[in-house]
Order: sequence, then C-alpha cells, then structure tokens
Amino acid sequence: MAKSENVKSCEPASVDPQYILMVKNLKKYFPIKGGMMGRVVGQVKAVDGVTFNVRRGTTMGLVGESGCGKTTTGRTILRLSGEKTDGQVLFNGKEVYDASPAEMRKLRTRMQIIFQDPFSSLSPRLPVGEIIGEAVKEHKLVSREEYEAYLDKVMDDCGLQPFHKDRYPHEFSGGQRQRICIARALALNPEFVVCDEPVSALDVSIQAQIINLLKKLQEERKLTYLFISHDLSVVEHISDTVGVMYLGSLVEYGEKKDIFRNPLHPYTKALFSAIPIPDPHARMNRIVLEGTIPSPANPPAGCKFHTRCAHCMQRCKTETPKQVEVEKGHFVVCHLYDGK
Amino acid sequence: MFFNRKKEDNGYLSARESRRISKENRRITNEMEKRRKRKNVPESEYLTKMHDPANAVEFDNLHSWFFTDAGTVRSVDGVSFDVPIGKTVGVVGESGCGKSVTSLSLMQLLQRPQGQTVEGEIRLNLGDKAINVVDTPQEVMQHIRGNYVSMIFQEPMTSLNPVFRIGEQVDEVIELHDGEGKSKEDIRKRTIELLEMVGIANSEGVYMMFPHELSGGMRQRVMIAMALACSPKVIIADEPTTALDVTIQAQILDLLRQLKDRINSSIMLITHDLGVIAEMADYVVVMYAGRIVEKGTAEEIFYHPAHPYTIGLMASKPVVGREVKELYSIPGKVPNPINMPNYCYFKDRCDKCTGSCEGAYPEEISLSKTHKVSCCRYYPEEMKGGRENGKE
Repeated sequence: MAKSENVKSCEPASVDPQYILMVKNLKKYFPIKGGMMGRVVGQVKAVDGVTFNVRRGTTMGLVGESGCGKTTTGRTILRLSGEKTDGQVLFNGKEVYDASPAEMRKLRTRMQIIFQDPFSSLSPRLPVGEIIGEAVKEHKLVSREEYEAYLDKVMDDCGLQPFHKDRYPHEFSGGQRQRICIARALALNPEFVVCDEPVSALDVSIQAQIINLLKKLQEERKLTYLFISHDLSVVEHISDTVGVMYLGSLVEYGEKKDIFRNPLHPYTKALFSAIPIPDPHARMNRIVLEGTIPSPANPPAGCKFHTRCAHCMQRCKTETPKQVEVEKGHFVVCHLYDGK
Repeated sequence: MFFNRKKEDNGYLSARESRRISKENRRITNEMEKRRKRKNVPESEYLTKMHDPANAVEFDNLHSWFFTDAGTVRSVDGVSFDVPIGKTVGVVGESGCGKSVTSLSLMQLLQRPQGQTVEGEIRLNLGDKAINVVDTPQEVMQHIRGNYVSMIFQEPMTSLNPVFRIGEQVDEVIELHDGEGKSKEDIRKRTIELLEMVGIANSEGVYMMFPHELSGGMRQRVMIAMALACSPKVIIADEPTTALDVTIQAQILDLLRQLKDRINSSIMLITHDLGVIAEMADYVVVMYAGRIVEKGTAEEIFYHPAHPYTIGLMASKPVVGREVKELYSIPGKVPNPINMPNYCYFKDRCDKCTGSCEGAYPEEISLSKTHKVSCCRYYPEEMKGGRENGKE
C-alpha cells in the first residue's frame, strides 16, 4: 500500500517498483482569459492536488460527478492537455513531463487512452484497419511482412473479424465501435491504459460485453487500467482500488473493499447512498445533497465540500484538511478523521 | 446469385426496389393523413370507454410503424398495458426497442407522415369521459396535451430553446394550454410558483435566465416544471435522469415522487436503468424489439423474472454489493427491425431455447393476475403441441 510519507511530501521519494504510476499532488489549472487584451483574469482549478499510486496489473477506479476533474486527471497523466501546473507524474519511476520529445514518442506506446464517446472519437474517413494500424506503422512496432497478421491478432483479441478492416466506422454499432477504440489503444501493446468512461454511451447488455472484454484483456496482457466513470456499480465491478473525486481533489482513496464497505468521507457516503438499487424493497437511507457543485474557478475556502456537508464544523470553513490514513491503505481528506 | 446474397446480408436495396417501396409508402401514408386532416370530426368517432375506470391510460394492441424508404419499421408491434391512476409504470428495454415510440404515440407526436399508428387503441381517461387518442383530431389533441398528458423529454441540455428566457418558455406552455382568461401577470405568477414547486430556490432570478446559465439538474427541473404546468393526469418521463449525475438523479427522483403524490397523477417512466425502475415503479413493463416480453408488478419482475431477456438484462448490470466474477452478457444483437423473424424475436439470443420455440411468436401467458410473460417455456402442457395455430 501507499506509504504515508509518499503522500505527505512532494519530494521525489523512493520509487517503489510495484507501482506503475505514482501521481503526487498533481495540479492542472486552466487560465480564464478576459478583458480586451485577453489577460488572464482567473484560473479554473480542474485538478487541484491529486495524489495516488497505481499498482502494476490492477485497476484504479476514479469516480465523481461530472465536472469534478476526473477526465482532466486522466489526460494530464498522459500529458495530453499541455503542461501540468504542479506536482509529479511518475510512470515506471520516471517523470512523464521531463521526457524529451523523442522519449515521449516512445512513452506514448506504453500508455494509451480509450475515449469516452465511440461515436465521435473515430475518424469517419478512415477504414477500421487504418484506424487501428496507423500508430503501429508510425511507431514501426512490427515489420511490414508481419503487419497484417499482427493487425488480425489484435482485432481478434478485441472481438472483431478480419473482414471488418475495410469497413468504415459508420457501418458499426456502438458496441463494435468501442471495440475498435479498444483495439486501437491495445495495438501498441501498452502497459497502462486510461479508460475514460468507456461504457457510459452504451446500452446495458453491450456494457456487459465491453466490461468483460476489458477484464479479459487485462488478464491476458497484464494491463493496468485507470478506469474513469461516474457509474459506481461499474467501478465497483472492475476496480481494485477506488478514488473519489470532488471539485478537483481526491477526497477518499483506498482498496475497493474498504471504500464500498466503509465509506468515510461525507461526500462518498452521500454519493453511494444515491445509487439506485434494483430491488423494490431495498431500504433507502438516502443522503440527499443540497445544491450543486460549486464553480472550480472559485472553489470554497477550507474544505471544498463544506458548503454541502452535513457534518460541517467551524474549522472546515477556514482550514484545508490533509490526507489522513484511517486504516491501512485507506486515505481520506476530512477534518472528521484527523483526530483533533 | 451474387446480388441476392448481398441484398440479404447487408440490407442493401437496389434503387428500383427503394423507389417501389417509397411509392407504396406514400400511398399508405397519404390515405392516413387524409383521414386525419378531415375537419369537424364528430365526437362519437373518438369517444370510447375505459375497460377499467381505475386506469388513467390503457394501451390496447398498439401498432406504431414507420414507413421508411428501406421498408416498414415496426417500432411498436402489438403493445398492451395499463397505467392505473396514481401509480407509476416503468417501461424498460434497450435503445431502439420502442419505449419512446410508445409514449410518443400517446401524445400523438410521432414524426408524421412516416410514423403512423396503424392499429390498436390508446384509451385515455379524462375523468367524465374517455377518448381514443389514435383517432382524436389535432385540435382536440392540442387541448389534451399539457392538460391531461404531458411529457418530460430525455435531454434537458437540448430540449430547452437556447434563445428564449426560462420564464418565457414556461409561460408559453401555460398560455397555450390553460391560458384562457388569464392575464400576463397571472401566468407569470403561476410560472414562478411552478419553479418554486420543483425546488428552484431563486425562482424570480431563474425566470429571467437563459438555459445556458443553468446546470443540467436545474434544466431538468425546468423541464419538469413545464410538464407539470397544467397539472396533467399522466406524466410521461422519458429517461428523465439518464444525462444526470447520481446525486442529482436522486434529487430529481425524489421530486418526481413528491409531485406525483401532490397532484395525484400517474407516471409512465421510461428508462433503461433497472435501479431507477425498482425505486420508482409500481408496475414494470419490459419491452424487446417492439413488443412486451414481460409485465407485472415491480416485486414480480424483480424477484421472479420469468422471461430470459429480463433475466439476462438483470444479470448484465453490475450491482453495488453483489460480487460476480464475470458479468453475464446477452449474446448476439437485436434483430433487424425491417425484417423481423416470424418466430420468437429473442430466440436467436436465448440460452434457454427449447424445441417449442420454433413456432410462431409466443402468446402472452399469465403467471399470476398481474404477471404476464411471452415465452414458450411457460406454456401449459396442452398448448405446447398446437403451437402452429398460435398468433400470426
């Protein structure tokens, strides 16, 4: 489990080889431009101090409401949204943002992303074989003779037929398109894949197929996933560790078992109580959160959740809580648990 | 030989075939449109009687088809169920199974002239009398919509007009459907009252806002306010929470439940989320490829699902607190809506198939007074032999 000293300090601490990814105090602010000269008048704190580690071969689930910075976290880790503002992203022990362009190119084959919407993330003008194979050719992963066979193998692994190669994305259904997206990411044989809401645009029965496929591929290829989703039941099914985000910060993070059996943070509790359970007699002890998520451009002082929290104390409004390890490997950012 | 195969495999049509179909379609739809556009239709043509006065709506053998250039799509093909007064009926199914088309038929909002209700009755209880929505002329329907039936549309992000203020949009509903003898000021007051009722704190301020200034949850509340503007007897909620976060979803579901009790209306809740259905619905209708495969009370459907599709649907959804190694996934895909097979539509995807599935589409079998299922496995022994004489 994550060592608590890693969490507290931002210094390049000892690199533990069991972690494929270590994110420390990651921040990503987007400037708000205004006025006549396009001056920077403020910042949207999309990701504001996120710390977690992902063990090799496991799945880390990231949940939260829309606009809480889940997707930005995923993209910032992959260095897809410009420069970070602060913090560290260590991939296999090396800082991603320190890599030179040539190193970065190599690194790109090691870490991949599956995008949210399979309807808009595939080029309508390229046949499927081209979409999946483009990066393979670009990075010269296999020789020209082996290329076709390699492509067939990847497509077969993802449940696509070889004759699909010459078809265009519009000829496929949503589930099939998501398979193409998965094949495109896996064609580079990555170690780490960010899955950004891969099933939220799909029907329930198709969802199950894609989730099973992702799990099967993980076992076969020893993949590590960062699984971003707002669907808690899907996250519970697929993840080993879970992080709960609120307004750009990780409020709770730990093993799936601990988080789901024993949620600590008031926000996590409210979030979990809101999940509809398919059982008409299920008792609903629902904690209904009042109001909506505040603007990330102007987050509340102190604890960011204090405006909607039922357990809000005086010091929540002024003092920013620190990450506390409540039980082994179970971290929470809340004044209720820091023992004062 | 080659062309024949291509046609069957890919559903490609030759230009000539397509022309023939569209000509035929135009003939059919023109006839229907002509009938619909008659002036001064006598009331006797659409007045009817409820089979059970405790029902708000009765769908009876409803067929809503779309006459497209590629062939006739039978979106809704023989659907019958009741919505009792003061109850919530949940309609579940995958996308494209005809859930929304069923509800649009009730509002008479199908995309005409291609979309037509070709057969069946929808009986709507107006209190002292009942009408058959299918035969009701436009001008009467205009009065029915909003006052008796109204709809909360699927996407709050796109169903509000971005160039008008929230207040104007809600005002318009009241003015059109219930505006007789009301001054502008009265209508404005009613709108603000409605906005307060759906839990918008700053109602005076929101009245003057544009849709883009509101969050998804707030927009959905506005949509609900518009639907409730004239206290309808039946509210159709078409995926009211699909685009929303779980915490906001909980707020909206709570609100719907409270409001339903306050104005004692019925809700027809359309969704693909079984969790939402379990929480809200008294009765559940499971649809597949334009037909009802199973219906019953929420307890019956969730505790004793009978149809293999219902069972599969429940098993394929991960549930918090229930650990499974691998999710069940229903094999195959929904049959092509233009060329429906003449046997059970689910047969090709069913893992509980028996020999008797070969025959015609299965009839509805009663498992209890309220629980009905369309599956050969539940046929009583004496019926299994004579399957050929079944429906269709």
